[in-house]
Amino acid sequence: MVLLTRKIEFAASHLYHNPNFSAEENRRIFGKCNNPHGHGHNYTLEVTVEGEPDPVTGMVLDLKELKDILEREIMQRMDHRHLNYEVAELAGKIPTCENIARVVWHLLEPKITQGRLHRVRLYESPDLFADCYRNGAAAAGKS
Amino acid sequence: MSADLKIELGRRYQFSASHRLHSAHLTEEENYRVFGKCNNPYGHGHNYVVEVSLSGEVDPATGMIANLADLDSFVERQVLEEFDHKSLNEDVPAFRDKVPTTENLCIEIFERLKSFPKAKLERIRVQETGNNSFEYAGDNLEGNRS
Repeated sequence: MVLLTRKIEFAASHLYHNPNFSAEENRRIFGKCNNPHGHGHNYTLEVTVEGEPDPVTGMVLDLKELKDILEREIMQRMDHRHLNYEVAELAGKIPTCENIARVVWHLLEPKITQGRLHRVRLYESPDLFADCYRNGAAAAGKS
Repeated sequence: MSADLKIELGRRYQFSASHRLHSAHLTEEENYRVFGKCNNPYGHGHNYVVEVSLSGEVDPATGMIANLADLDSFVERQVLEEFDHKSLNEDVPAFRDKVPTTENLCIEIFERLKSFPKAKLERIRVQETGNNSFEYAGDNLEGNRS
């Protein structure tokens, strides 16, 4: 099996706020990320697809096709958007790396029909990221 | 969280430290042959990058596996305070009689962080330079991924 990874970058704003917490709890738990006017990041998304190269084309999947899927599903939805207010899939969720990575997984997984989605890694900054992958994929030695 | 998906949080930290690769079990000549430049008696240093990977349930109230402030202060206390701007050989007791290679550093950092109370430590990756990195996941098979 071969793993193929494509990287994209998008810029978006967000804030962390749970309406069930008091103002003070929100500040204590989320710190600066609770600023009511939000703030932004340059996100980097790495999408890894697993599969066997097609004997004719030598490809797991056509990178152009993956690029189009990422443009349609992620860039158009999230780039230069406010993640709390403009991304329906994140409505009611705190837009942390963990939650965004999971939403990205659910958006991409059904769209990737050649090969299989292996891992989504979402960087909020070079020092903070979340990975989403199939439970047990690691134990099976798939990467 | 969907039962079939696993989410991990990755956080990177940096510290600068010096070390010297030298084994008391080898002769001077053997030390030089095995460790080369790294055996220079006065030591040398690196800007180390430590990548900590944690797994656990994403708390629906916070969207987080672990609060970063908790993780940052734990790593600061357990590792960075003792390692940053120090000599690994002289200032870290674990390396008094263990060669401070980045392999051993990875294991030492894993052991110091595995008791983090809020999430499961999956693995530690330590980058010694932009060209060398090492990973350790203890006996945690699922952590042995790259």
